[in-house]
Amino acid sequence: MSDIATALNGASFDGLVQVEELRAQGMITLRGDFSDSGLVKTITDLAEVALPGQRGAVMDGTRGLLWMSPDELLLLCTYAEAPFLLGKLEAALAGYHALAVNVSDARACFTLQGAATREVLAKLAPVDMSPESFGAGQVRRTRLAQVAAAFWLTGEEGAQIVCFRSVGEYMFNLLKTAAAPGSDVGFL
Amino acid sequence: MSTRLAKSGRLIDRSSRVEFTFDGKRMSGHKGDTLASALLANDQMLVGRSFKYHRPRGIVASGGEEPNALVNLGQGDRHEPNARATTTELFNGLTATPQNVWPSLDYDIGAVNKYASRLLTAGFYYKMFMYPRAFWKHVYEPFIRQSAGLGKAPNPETSDPDTYEHFYAFVDVLVIGGGVAGLQAAKTAGEAGAKVLLIEQTPDWGGRTVVDGADIDGMSAQDWVNSTLQALEAMPNVTLRNRMMGAGVYDHGYVLAYERLTDHAPEMKGPRHRLWRIRVGQTITATGAIERPISFAGNDIPGVMLAAAVRDYSVNYGVSVGDRTVVVTNNDDAYRTAITLKQSGLDVPMIVDARETGGGALMDQARGLGIRVETGCGIAKVHGGKRVTSVDICKQAGEGGMLWNIPCDAVAMSGGWSPVVHLWSHCGGKLTWDEAGAFFRPDPTRPPLGDAGQTMVHVAGSANGEMLLRTVLEDAARAGEVAALAAGATGQISDASVAADTAEAPLEPVWLMPQGAHYGLRLKSWLDFQNDVKVSDVQLAAHEGYESVEHTKRYTTLGMATDQGKLSNINGLATLSNALGAEIPKVGTTTFRPPYTPISMGAIAGEARGDVFQPIRKTPMYDWHEANGAHWEPVGHWRRPYAYLKSGETIHQAVHREVTATRTSLGLLDASTLGKIIVKGPDAGRFMDMMYTNMMSNLKVGKCRYGLMCSENGFLSDDGVVARIDENTWLCHTTTGGADRIHAHMEEWLQTEWWDWKVYTANITEQLAQVAVVGPNARKVLEKLGGMDLSKDTLPFMEWRDGTLAGFPVRAYRISFSGELSYEIAVPANLGRAFWDKLLEAGAEYKVTPYGTECLHIMRAEKGFIMIGDETDGTVIPQDLGLNWAISKKKEDFLGKRAQLRSHMTDQKRWKLVGLETTDGSTLPDGAYAVADGNNENGQRNTQGRVTSTYHSPTLNKGIAMGLVLNGPDRMGEVIEFAMDDGETMVAAKIVTPVFYDPEGEKQNV
Repeated sequence: MSDIATALNGASFDGLVQVEELRAQGMITLRGDFSDSGLVKTITDLAEVALPGQRGAVMDGTRGLLWMSPDELLLLCTYAEAPFLLGKLEAALAGYHALAVNVSDARACFTLQGAATREVLAKLAPVDMSPESFGAGQVRRTRLAQVAAAFWLTGEEGAQIVCFRSVGEYMFNLLKTAAAPGSDVGFL
Repeated sequence: MSTRLAKSGRLIDRSSRVEFTFDGKRMSGHKGDTLASALLANDQMLVGRSFKYHRPRGIVASGGEEPNALVNLGQGDRHEPNARATTTELFNGLTATPQNVWPSLDYDIGAVNKYASRLLTAGFYYKMFMYPRAFWKHVYEPFIRQSAGLGKAPNPETSDPDTYEHFYAFVDVLVIGGGVAGLQAAKTAGEAGAKVLLIEQTPDWGGRTVVDGADIDGMSAQDWVNSTLQALEAMPNVTLRNRMMGAGVYDHGYVLAYERLTDHAPEMKGPRHRLWRIRVGQTITATGAIERPISFAGNDIPGVMLAAAVRDYSVNYGVSVGDRTVVVTNNDDAYRTAITLKQSGLDVPMIVDARETGGGALMDQARGLGIRVETGCGIAKVHGGKRVTSVDICKQAGEGGMLWNIPCDAVAMSGGWSPVVHLWSHCGGKLTWDEAGAFFRPDPTRPPLGDAGQTMVHVAGSANGEMLLRTVLEDAARAGEVAALAAGATGQISDASVAADTAEAPLEPVWLMPQGAHYGLRLKSWLDFQNDVKVSDVQLAAHEGYESVEHTKRYTTLGMATDQGKLSNINGLATLSNALGAEIPKVGTTTFRPPYTPISMGAIAGEARGDVFQPIRKTPMYDWHEANGAHWEPVGHWRRPYAYLKSGETIHQAVHREVTATRTSLGLLDASTLGKIIVKGPDAGRFMDMMYTNMMSNLKVGKCRYGLMCSENGFLSDDGVVARIDENTWLCHTTTGGADRIHAHMEEWLQTEWWDWKVYTANITEQLAQVAVVGPNARKVLEKLGGMDLSKDTLPFMEWRDGTLAGFPVRAYRISFSGELSYEIAVPANLGRAFWDKLLEAGAEYKVTPYGTECLHIMRAEKGFIMIGDETDGTVIPQDLGLNWAISKKKEDFLGKRAQLRSHMTDQKRWKLVGLETTDGSTLPDGAYAVADGNNENGQRNTQGRVTSTYHSPTLNKGIAMGLVLNGPDRMGEVIEFAMDDGETMVAAKIVTPVFYDPEGEKQNV
């Protein structure tokens, strides 16, 4: 829909890394008892990706499942398919005690691209960003400076960040500050 | 005079020329100089004035322990006070001015204080400035502010143009200190395979050992440092950072380190300072030791310096402090200074050794160079004003009778060395007194403990009380091995490097020189140079009953301010223990607190400045509000329009216009900030009944109900409209500020008390943009958008429907907080702005008027609706507000129920909500109290109520208010008096029903 307006409408910045707001990302919050194999199968069949372990992120193309807490997952999909996928999930999960809700509009998403991605994040998040401690297939639900955020690596030199929509502008400015030219750390 | 020597200076580049100014004078130095070494090279002995007596002060030390050489650095927006000249690297264009001088450094009028110094003893401020009380503000405080204090505060109107940042790092082993001990410890830990970070506060590696000279593994100290650095750099698991100080050690292996990136080269890009927030497996502090001054009369006169500092300036910077230097000591190490000076071609007229038997091999070496050594002697007194001219020598055992007067222009003193135990102590490491060295050293049996009770800090080298190079290296290798092992690294390590030591004679503690110094001498024997505390002050404090070292510190100011007693600590408490007749370990030390030396405020703030000072939460319509005159109100971290100002309008006029337009035609409110929490599950109804005071489980699908939430103590916490979405699902609206808090409250009860209830919650506040469409034309404008039936019958009051409006997927609620016909329309947030624009377009024919929070408040107050935070303040229960109708009597339990049955909660004397109308139509001041007869036991006027909300109602054209009043609902029509802000003027107000507008509710039910 042409009326779609994300928090920053795709703003971008080039510094130590390239920072860019994603124009739209489909996201569905799922809560349930993931020790129930029937529930898990229902979810993974529709999500078309496997169940992640603790702090795990399973990605396949536009789909992904991110571990948020012992009873919460975040399902990634395209923005357009989120309402339809939600409908399918709700129908399929009808027999289970579970909660599925579309949160695509509740968030702002950013990508970081560049060799300094790990260090830019390490300026803002109390997370061990060293490759031996954090790599592809993992997600961190943490904070970036003063706001809640989650992030995962999209490759050796890239990451995606999710935060609340209302603080999208703060997040963008924060990432710009952390990626300011000349502020390389040279530690990671 | 102090000057640059023709040769030596291992750290400076003599081919370079660096220009700087001090006190307005142009000077030059070399690359590699510190500001202190450059000042000395320019014969600038006098660098400031003391804190209390404004006595002339010169450089005493060569490192972070420097108490005197504090300068104002930079100008204008880069002005920074209290910069230590000894740790400030020289750069072209550096501008420094001395501190605490008036009118000038050379002639300071405050120096008259020295004539009154007999009056300015310990506790002077406490004794002098007590009475009369009225003098404090106008006489004492201005006087003290003018005469005391160090650097000038930066101009608050300027903004620091530099940037700062934080960095989170995680390592197995952090080694603090890049001297030989730190290098050895890092090497051992690195070999074992641990992930090591080695940090050094100065630009240079190797510490004192390189200055003092020694053979390690058959190499010169410098060669050993270079080869060890090479080995460390070759290890992929080891990182080296210089200009980075270990600032503080905290619980659970958390360490703050302060990296100064561009202080030495302001032209460089990037942040000025970086604060490293490090999670560490094991910390090794290899922080070395600090030399102690000796307390003799006149030991604060410029030219009296620590012996090792004199050596540092000569070896590192090629600077001579004076042509003739008297060395005074109680240990062998100071002989190295005498030898270094003599070998540089300078004169050492005498080494004054307090020990009867003198020193060991180094003494023999000094004598061999032709230096006169007098043992069992001390300095009775230093002569000189702005610099040393001569010293009187006496017997150390006596009272100060002069044996000789020795002309000289510098005095190098050494009272022994104290290990830098600060970082060990920050997080609870205990100390033990070392008799032989006369210092406190870390007690390895009482270390700082980590989360599992494990040792989390190890100490290496002279910081650990090891004062000989061979044992320093052995100790460091041990610390490196133990730390690496504790961090789980078990690789093959090589033996510690081996050093050859010169045998040294034992030190003899000297706490006062001479030991029987009379009062006149003690009055001039400084312990704390920065805070002007003398031996006589600490003795007086002890005499007056200050037995605790912490009390003495505060009474005398010993060990306070920017250096925190790095030089004065041990001498001060030894003086105190002598005065008390107690042993030094019994007296103990004051508390070591982070940071080790001051760190910049900028580094602490990090990136949080300017537009990222604080997150501001913005709704999807924020930009429209901004572009249309929004006067902002902070609500939590949100910014909401308080009112939209049209050109020429006052805020009051704008609010007035918005209320009238909404009541007569059509208003729009951006209600996106209201909290929206989904509660779902087979036990959701039961859970909702516990959360809310009223019944929510029986709410029909498609309907809405207003509900109240209380804390378990019964106090009203939040309110809002609840919608039943389906059989298992409820949607709870909360207040703007309540969304996160209430969601957390729900989760807490679900996770801690009702963990077996099948309920899930989700906070979807930000998923939806919500617009309140309010006023007699609300339905018309929505019908104009088209797509769903919004008629009175299809969507009655307090119901909701899903549908579309103008093609937007919406959920429409028929709810009203204004008393008007009103809908709240929720759309996905990314469509919020487009939907808002569509409503403005469609509403044009009704003169649609966006309104802000103040208009919202007035309209709800006209209807007598309460507001969380106005009518409630954490002490108000729903019953106080006449909300008994929303408290279920049928339910067995809900949060707050039992609390509301307590005697104080059911007390008939609790103030209750009423409406208030001033008899003259004026608006009551917010929070005003209704007065009652008489005074309470504190002499305050008795009260019988207070205003909770008050507005000028444009609809009724008079002041309206709500308030809590004693027996209020029973006193309808009675007139009571409210006190204005002055406490004297009274305003009469009549007690009325809080519903001022449309009491029958006809307007909203159309």
